[in-house]
Amino acid sequence: MALQSLDIKNRSATTFQGPSARSTLEVAKLIDVSRCIGCKACQAACSEWNDLHTEPVGVNEGFYTNPRDLSDQTWTLMRFYEEQIEGSLQWLILKDGCLHCSEPGCLKACPAPGAIVQYTNGIVDFHEENCIGCGYCISGCPFNIPRLRKEDSKVYKCTLCSDRVSVGLEPACVKTCPTGAIHFGSKADMLFQAEERLGDLRERGFAKAAVYDPQGVGGTHVVYVLPHGDRPESYGLPRNPSVGPLVGLWRSGLARAVGVITMVSVAVAGILHYMRHGPNEVPGESGKEA
Amino acid sequence: MTNNWVDIKNADVVMIMGGNPAEAHPCGFKWVIEAKIKNRARVIVVDPRFTRSAAMADIYAPVRAGSDIAFLGGLINYLLKNDKIQRDYVVNYTNAPFLVREDFAFQEGLFSGYDKEKRSYDKTTWAYELDKDGYAKVDPTLEHPRSVYQLLKKHFARYTPEKVEEICGTPKDKFLKICETVATTAAPNKVMTHLYALGWTQHSQGSQMIRTMAMVQLLLGNMGVPGGGMNALRGHSNIQGLTDLGLMTHLLPGYLTVPTEGDPDLKTYLEKRTPKPLRPGQMNFLGNYPKWFVSLTKAWWGAAATKENDWAYDYLPKLDAPYDVLRVFELMSQGKVNGYVCQGFNPLASFPDKAKLIKGLSALKFLVIIDPLVTETADFWQNHGEFNDVDPKKIQTEVFRLPSTCFAEEDGSLVSSGRWLQWHWKGAEPPGDARADIEIMADLFTRIRDLYKKDGGTFPDPVVNLAWPYKQPKAPSPEELAKEFNGVALADLPDPKDPTKILAKEGEQLPGFGLLRDDGTTACGCWIFSGSWTQAGNQMARRDAADPSGLGATGGWAWSWPANRRILYNRASADPSGKPWDPNRKYVFWTGKKWAGNDVPDMRPDAAPEEVVGPFIMNPEGVARLWAPAMTDGPFPEHYEPFETPLESNLIGSKVLSNPVARVFPGDREKLGTGKEFPLVATTYRLTEHFHFWTKHVRTAAVLQPEQFVEISEALAAKRGIKNGDRVTVRSKRGQIVAKAVVTKRMPTLKVAGKEVETVGIPIHWGFSGLVKKGYLANTLTPSVGDANIQTPEYKAFLVDIQKA
Amino acid sequence: MANKGDLIVRHTPGERLSHWVVALAFVFLFLSGLAMFHPTFFWLSFLFGGGQFMRWLHPLAGVLLTVLFYQYASWVWADNKWLPADTEWRRNMLAYMRLQTHSPEGTGKYNAGQKLMFWSMVPLIAVLLVTGIVMWQPYFAPYFGPSLRRAAGLLHAIAAFIMFVGIGIHWYAAYWTRGSIRAMVRGTVTRAWAKYHHPGWFREVAGKE
Repeated sequence: MALQSLDIKNRSATTFQGPSARSTLEVAKLIDVSRCIGCKACQAACSEWNDLHTEPVGVNEGFYTNPRDLSDQTWTLMRFYEEQIEGSLQWLILKDGCLHCSEPGCLKACPAPGAIVQYTNGIVDFHEENCIGCGYCISGCPFNIPRLRKEDSKVYKCTLCSDRVSVGLEPACVKTCPTGAIHFGSKADMLFQAEERLGDLRERGFAKAAVYDPQGVGGTHVVYVLPHGDRPESYGLPRNPSVGPLVGLWRSGLARAVGVITMVSVAVAGILHYMRHGPNEVPGESGKEA
Repeated sequence: MTNNWVDIKNADVVMIMGGNPAEAHPCGFKWVIEAKIKNRARVIVVDPRFTRSAAMADIYAPVRAGSDIAFLGGLINYLLKNDKIQRDYVVNYTNAPFLVREDFAFQEGLFSGYDKEKRSYDKTTWAYELDKDGYAKVDPTLEHPRSVYQLLKKHFARYTPEKVEEICGTPKDKFLKICETVATTAAPNKVMTHLYALGWTQHSQGSQMIRTMAMVQLLLGNMGVPGGGMNALRGHSNIQGLTDLGLMTHLLPGYLTVPTEGDPDLKTYLEKRTPKPLRPGQMNFLGNYPKWFVSLTKAWWGAAATKENDWAYDYLPKLDAPYDVLRVFELMSQGKVNGYVCQGFNPLASFPDKAKLIKGLSALKFLVIIDPLVTETADFWQNHGEFNDVDPKKIQTEVFRLPSTCFAEEDGSLVSSGRWLQWHWKGAEPPGDARADIEIMADLFTRIRDLYKKDGGTFPDPVVNLAWPYKQPKAPSPEELAKEFNGVALADLPDPKDPTKILAKEGEQLPGFGLLRDDGTTACGCWIFSGSWTQAGNQMARRDAADPSGLGATGGWAWSWPANRRILYNRASADPSGKPWDPNRKYVFWTGKKWAGNDVPDMRPDAAPEEVVGPFIMNPEGVARLWAPAMTDGPFPEHYEPFETPLESNLIGSKVLSNPVARVFPGDREKLGTGKEFPLVATTYRLTEHFHFWTKHVRTAAVLQPEQFVEISEALAAKRGIKNGDRVTVRSKRGQIVAKAVVTKRMPTLKVAGKEVETVGIPIHWGFSGLVKKGYLANTLTPSVGDANIQTPEYKAFLVDIQKA
Repeated sequence: MANKGDLIVRHTPGERLSHWVVALAFVFLFLSGLAMFHPTFFWLSFLFGGGQFMRWLHPLAGVLLTVLFYQYASWVWADNKWLPADTEWRRNMLAYMRLQTHSPEGTGKYNAGQKLMFWSMVPLIAVLLVTGIVMWQPYFAPYFGPSLRRAAGLLHAIAAFIMFVGIGIHWYAAYWTRGSIRAMVRGTVTRAWAKYHHPGWFREVAGKE
């Protein structure tokens, strides 16, 4: 989704900063897993608002999670997990999708200028017209979210409805959620609300309820309240997500500088050598055609 | 619902049994969440499956499908044994102190008066003992051995926690934990709401299951109170409106009943339906039955309904037997039905025993389908391979398809489960040649009427005299119909207390059913809707969400029947002296001069508490019935097994295995399987992702749940060598389906009477039309057995076997 | 101009064609890789039909380079075996670069510097191919986990830079050593050139004549 904007915090593959004169409130979506009934209304609303209607009617492979995975047509997906926790059965249901990291691995990995932008409000958005289809963002993402569309070699994911948010509306999933499990507002408010929910959950016996706002990626702009906060893996979420040293090293300014300096050094070394020593000629053939 | 959706938020405990609102009513479920968050409510779910509702529960307990009365009987026994009842409420607001006739008896699972041949009860002995004035005798101490309270104690003493565990497979500790939580609401300041749906209605004893829980709610003092009630969550948008308007074969609008052969004249008909008070001073609101009935026939036949012709009573058909769908399809399969009109109705998908339905539909001369969508019923004659293996050449039924509109393509009102009539406006034009149902019906009617006028007939009067006052006879508007349901004054209506005062002038819309008369001066198409379109306009279109009390009594939002009342029996939210039981739930109370509060009081406004007018005004007793002789299958509920049960005996200790009054046609009885052949319990249900057989036509919904599946436990899967995602064949005595297997921890293996009972869960949404993967109609498997009171088929508990396909 | 009789065939037409296609592929791969490595060079993508087309072509060119390179390598494999003279050459490498000495007597068709280049390219291109496949969207990448893909990205970049340094030396050496470019363009060298730079090879060729 592309929107001309003056509130760009980060722009992929861009040496200097994008237009950032306008700063906006940092926003977040709060997904309160303890209020989610797994109805998939958000999933339907996402496809309706974004006009994504070519996800094939799949098959049942023994799961409630349908389709089986995120795709270029499914930007949010309800995932269902059955877990025995402390002797009682728990049906854990997680709304999967982009978490809009403060330090997005996708953006860091992206080589195409302006294909991924991070707005000052925290939304990480893909501008597909700039995407070159390399899929580095997919490798860079600690949550395995972006999906490459084979037909056009562009990568897609949740935009946090940046188009709606930019005109003062909440994301479509938030609007649709029938139980109020998804909230949208300033990040500070969302964290406050999330903390408030923990009290109720702990009183109900979820002693380890926690807010999932992983600091390994600088915090996220989609925040979860997890009743079993001590085991995010049970919800399919990584315990300590981070972009990781490999991507860091690969896409770092240092690596890029070392690369370019090496390149230039080779050229300079050649010139210096030639200036000093001249060509290596067969004696007596000087001046002849090389 | 006795209460309403919003009111669920006022509960301290939310009990869900016989329903799965998180999946079937996801939008309404927000109020359960609200109760949890704002009210710290505890949520209890009892279900044969660990559903999405169970995922939201604080306490979940499994129960064997069809054993609910045993569970609830155990709960009643717990409350009585541990004295966890709201005694003041029980003594004053229920018939617990009433004395029952001496000759009543209960033995071996049968109540007195059973006729084995007719499979029915003579209910004479179930009556109250009356005094010389014709009033029921009572003992407010509840000590009399024949008081309802003592009979209740005795009846349910057999339902011990051990019996519950043995019959239901519910672990005793789970059961007791639920009992304790439920019992906390016996306190006057604690309230429990109960939510149920088709998980209870669809049993051979469904009505009694619901009744058992209603008794629990009465014992706890949770009826008529904010955050309480017995709340039936209706299975379709506007199915509440369907029953309100009497679209059932035995009903007229407003729950009036169709005359039977035993009612040859109006006098007999009205006498049978107009009770006398059973206690002194009671409102006995049903005493107004003649006003509602005469106003109805005036609405239908206008000037043709006169005092001389008994208000056109003879125009009404007189039933010789109930003509519910099970009977109609029985007759159809015997070749005794010529034509069948399906309007917004897909019986082939929705009714039991598909093979029998196909046989019936094939024997018709014509079938009319009025529906916005392609239905399986419309295409029953098409061969769809394994999914519908019929030979079109052999089916001579002529099928007419009349495309109609969807709700968003027309103006009108929908009645929610909470009895709210909410007006809605057309959002889009219908596609193609589709016409609104009203237009289709009006066109058909006017043509038929013209034929009768032209050609006459044996008795054309009811048709040719039908009042048809609409501006466009072939297209009556929803507004015109709504006004007709509300009712109109046919003459100036003077105030009975002061005849000089006119309450409504001739031609005016009536303000409510209070003004209805039985002298032909009022017309009203549905008495309970009276007040919905008054002189002040369309009350259903109001959208004021103001909630001054914070209790969800939004009197300015839409309109709620009866009389815009949001909680039924709300006088019971106050104690006998008229003070609220709970100061935090101040709802309806006595001001010293009149009844007032946050809702329309369900009480005569000037009935001082000293007059002891009971809050359950529709009953001639004035109080609620723990003892209910009106039921066909017993004044108290009793546990019977489903008609197909894995057990060989009734473990509650009686010799009667299944409901002795439930109706089974002989051909259907032969098609009942046994536990030896079909050892697994099956139950059918809906999923959030789909709505019945409609949304499989919607691409987005098809993607969310694409293909038919059944759910089984890991233990059963291991035993049968079935892996998750395998194709499996599920067989019952009536047929078989093939579907994918979802192997899940959520299907419990229950220990019932020492043996392991497995349940197979069968979602219903697939068929041979639509955008989803083609599937089998789940009702290929279900038995054609009806509930004893209301003939709802037993979809929720039957027997199957399963194998890898 | 040397007389025809003075010339020795050093590279067959097939070798030359193959070499220049590989060279062209390398130039493209290097520039397009650079565009994807460093945003400052992303403008290079416009030389190749835009980012998306360039990204699509890059792995295909990589496969072409790999196939042609290993075919070429098989042709010259035997000529790149390490000889005792190569050890001497390597010892005197700095002197050689300062033009203080020239190839030892036993130097074959390729001197030790060229052989070192050859033997470094053989594994480097393999590394680039394998890591490239791991990253190749949309065909192969989905079969590998994110950690592996990330590691592949890093390795691919490192290998590409080592390769660039090698090819840079190769280019310079070819320019510096007069007669080399002609050898790869026209296929021939003078007898004097051969005798001076590759005496062992010259004797071999001369002996056959």
